[in-house]
Amino acid sequence: MSAGGIADAVGAAALLGGALLSLLASIGLLRFPDVLSRMHAATKPQVLGLLLVLLGVGLRLRSSIDVGTLLVVAVFQMLTTPVAAHMVGRAAYRTGNVSGDALAFDELTDGLAGDGPGDPSARMR
Amino acid sequence: MVMGLCLFALGVAAALTIYRMAAGPTMLDRVIAMDVLVAIVVCGLGVEAAFNRHATTLPILVVLSLVGFVGSVSVARFAARDRT
Repeated sequence: MSAGGIADAVGAAALLGGALLSLLASIGLLRFPDVLSRMHAATKPQVLGLLLVLLGVGLRLRSSIDVGTLLVVAVFQMLTTPVAAHMVGRAAYRTGNVSGDALAFDELTDGLAGDGPGDPSARMR
Repeated sequence: MVMGLCLFALGVAAALTIYRMAAGPTMLDRVIAMDVLVAIVVCGLGVEAAFNRHATTLPILVVLSLVGFVGSVSVARFAARDRT
């Protein structure tokens, strides 16, 4: 088997893995009960699934400019996904969608009440 | 064969995600589903480009990975502002 054939086969496996990860994440999105656990499921296709798919695309196209474009996609995705997840999690906490009895430690409630380490009035609203 | 399997999995994933986006129940669930849908679209375009061996759609992937988070960030900001 030639090197190109091996790269094609590995790329196909990576693409299939990424697609199945997306499917698993959407099932989790459907079945999980609240916002934070749905966020947990949602990160799978956004980072690992997308990276697997990009790896598969790169292994099958194999030209340097295409691989460079795919690297740019991976870097941008890994830069922007945590920003969105941070904002959604923050909004979920502040709108009361996080149940406190499921948390082992909760320093944010004290911080938001004003007697904790961080004064909320100085924070971004 | 593998391409059909990948696209079938991504299609089912997109359908379930769209159901979650329609069902809610809160705006944040819809936002999360929208993010996942963007990731699934990127995966689908990548799968199609990989199996047909063309690079025509790669710039679309760059654009989606760059601006996909803007909508969810802005909706999350407005959802957090509702209460205060």
